[in-house]
Amino acid sequence: MAYTEEQLEKDLKNKKYEYGFYTDIESDKFPVGLNEDIVRAISAKKEEPEWMTEWRLEAFRNWVQMEEPEWANVHYEKPDFQNISYYSAPNSKPKYESLDEVDPKLLETFEKLGISLDEQKKLAGVAMDVVVDSVSVATSFKETLAEKGIIFCSISEAIQKYPELVKKYIGSVVPPKDNFYAALNSAVFSDGSFCYIPKGVRCPMELSTYFRINEAGTGQFERTLRIADESSYVSYLEGCTAPMRDENQLHAAVVELIALDNAEIKYSTVQNWFPGDEEGKGGVFNFVTKRGICEKNAKISWTQVETGSAVTWKYPSCILKGDNSVGEFYSIALTNHYQQADTGTKMVHIGKNTKSTIISKGISAGKSQNSYRGLVQINSRAHNARNFSQCDSLLMGNKCGAHTFPYIEAKNKTAQVEHEATTSKIGEDQIFYCNQRGIDEEKAIALIVNGFSKEVLNKLPMEFAVEAQKLLEISLEGSVG
Amino acid sequence: MLQIKNLHASVEGQAILKGINLEIKPGEVHAIMGPNGSGKSTLSSVIAGNEDYEVTDGDIIFERANISELSPDERAHRGIFLSFQYPVEIPGVSVTNFIKTSINQIRIARGQEEMPANEMLKKIKEKAELLEMDRKFLSRSLNEGFSGGEKKRNEIFQMAMLEPKLAILDETDSGLDIDALRVVSNGVNKLRSKDNAVLVITHYQRLLDYIVPDVVHVLMDGRIVKTGDKELAKELEERGYDWIKEELAASV
Repeated sequence: MAYTEEQLEKDLKNKKYEYGFYTDIESDKFPVGLNEDIVRAISAKKEEPEWMTEWRLEAFRNWVQMEEPEWANVHYEKPDFQNISYYSAPNSKPKYESLDEVDPKLLETFEKLGISLDEQKKLAGVAMDVVVDSVSVATSFKETLAEKGIIFCSISEAIQKYPELVKKYIGSVVPPKDNFYAALNSAVFSDGSFCYIPKGVRCPMELSTYFRINEAGTGQFERTLRIADESSYVSYLEGCTAPMRDENQLHAAVVELIALDNAEIKYSTVQNWFPGDEEGKGGVFNFVTKRGICEKNAKISWTQVETGSAVTWKYPSCILKGDNSVGEFYSIALTNHYQQADTGTKMVHIGKNTKSTIISKGISAGKSQNSYRGLVQINSRAHNARNFSQCDSLLMGNKCGAHTFPYIEAKNKTAQVEHEATTSKIGEDQIFYCNQRGIDEEKAIALIVNGFSKEVLNKLPMEFAVEAQKLLEISLEGSVG
Repeated sequence: MLQIKNLHASVEGQAILKGINLEIKPGEVHAIMGPNGSGKSTLSSVIAGNEDYEVTDGDIIFERANISELSPDERAHRGIFLSFQYPVEIPGVSVTNFIKTSINQIRIARGQEEMPANEMLKKIKEKAELLEMDRKFLSRSLNEGFSGGEKKRNEIFQMAMLEPKLAILDETDSGLDIDALRVVSNGVNKLRSKDNAVLVITHYQRLLDYIVPDVVHVLMDGRIVKTGDKELAKELEERGYDWIKEELAASV
């Protein structure tokens, strides 16, 4: 599956968003608008227990009283929340036991995305829980996981089958009241995935889910919950693409990670949602709340490669509650054309000897605006807490912007906080040097950008690193000029 | 191999090259010497196709084709190599990764297959040894934190890997200590053959003790004012450039 130069050449020629197709699958869709009845209907549709319905309603009541945040360095026309349909599911329910039963059009879609399940199944060690328009349609490798006692299923299924786990942990890291979009998500989330790794178990494979928005005008509200019990380990990959749409699509996901004592969670994302066209028309709004909590000696590592979306608002964070816990954030955010990204992380040090590392690489091209926003907070009892932050920005051309907003709050004198930042520009001399060695401009930029992003790309699992590298190159197509 | 006819070039409206004529045949080594600001580096940049310079008149013929309108990468595909006076840094891109990309891009442009990995590795090893470069060096980011000598060594390493038809060495001796000078010159000499040519641009004669030229040109104020054999270089070393200026003044 090695990505060849020829393939890259072909991809570079393809100027348009390459996953911009639309699959015509009959959908079961709610009318537009949001009120308590819609929230109840979603809950009923999913046959949820009473406590879940109440939890959603509580979130909805909070949301109604909240204001959409405006502090981020992004400008966009606010979505009309009463003009969104809050539930849409492929008609072909229930779930399939084998691929043969899956809607062939859906399989075709996967084919185009290059993630055919058939192929994925053969690929060593990747279990797929595919989410298309809010409902899981196919799940594989479940048995292998079940043998280890690992639960990996849709959140809806988890609510039915493992209510005690869901009840205990949902909203424990991102409370429904946390922010405007988290409250909205809590009220209306349609599906998402759930994972529980039992005590002492090392998950034998990389888990992954592919998300996709597939219905015009449908907001997607995914809910993800990961629980790594004591001394367990799990690595999770998430990749996203969306079809080309003219109107803006709202995406407001919530991801919660819980790493109990001595557990470790790695969470990697490659995000490639439709960013809008060259004129800035269309594109996905991505307002995501991702947060993890670390108990004693636990570790959470976020790695993200963000190349898509018209507007991104996303801060994967770690609450380092337990002593000696570790939080990491490795990010590449690339913006082109009229894209706007405001992304970063929060590292909240509560326990003693807690450690966090932030490596953020921002690449701005076209007329895009790319902001890093980060908070390192050392609380009063976090003795000997340490943080290292590095924020590098790379600019291409002179119509884009790179911004850095690092916040540091240290309430303990023993804290050590280091922050480094650089801004550079791809120079004509670098391009000429590459040209002189027979490397054309497009390829030269890809080479320079990949070099710039290397520290973060290296943190991704191998197959994902290749995919991410390819994405960076495709995303910069047309930025030279 | 290379014919330069009445070449005029300017940068930001200021004329730098004012009618260069030069012919280099396969197998030859030419040296261009001249005082600071005479246009030596401009000439090498213009041959390589640097678009910061505007060619206002004249032609560059390479292997019987007029390349004046070709982009720098197209010229590289045809076998023109420039060893930079100031090689640029590309953070995060290793020496190995860079040369691999370069070789394969050139091969693709020529309609060839990419070089098989084992052949590539073997070649890298062989050429690195030629230039007395160690393994660790190959995995470092291109030119980042390199000493002056390391940068030049890496340029000649790339030249050895690419085996160009025409190699232009722009002040390759500047910033080199005597040992590095020996290694670099040795590398260049090993690559000389009857089919390729070298254009050495230098201030000083000392490089020419190692890379012995067939023809020496003196460049002054954008023109080649004197051409001779290797003895001319020695004479320049001893007497400087003033006597040529005087000769020129007398002949007008």
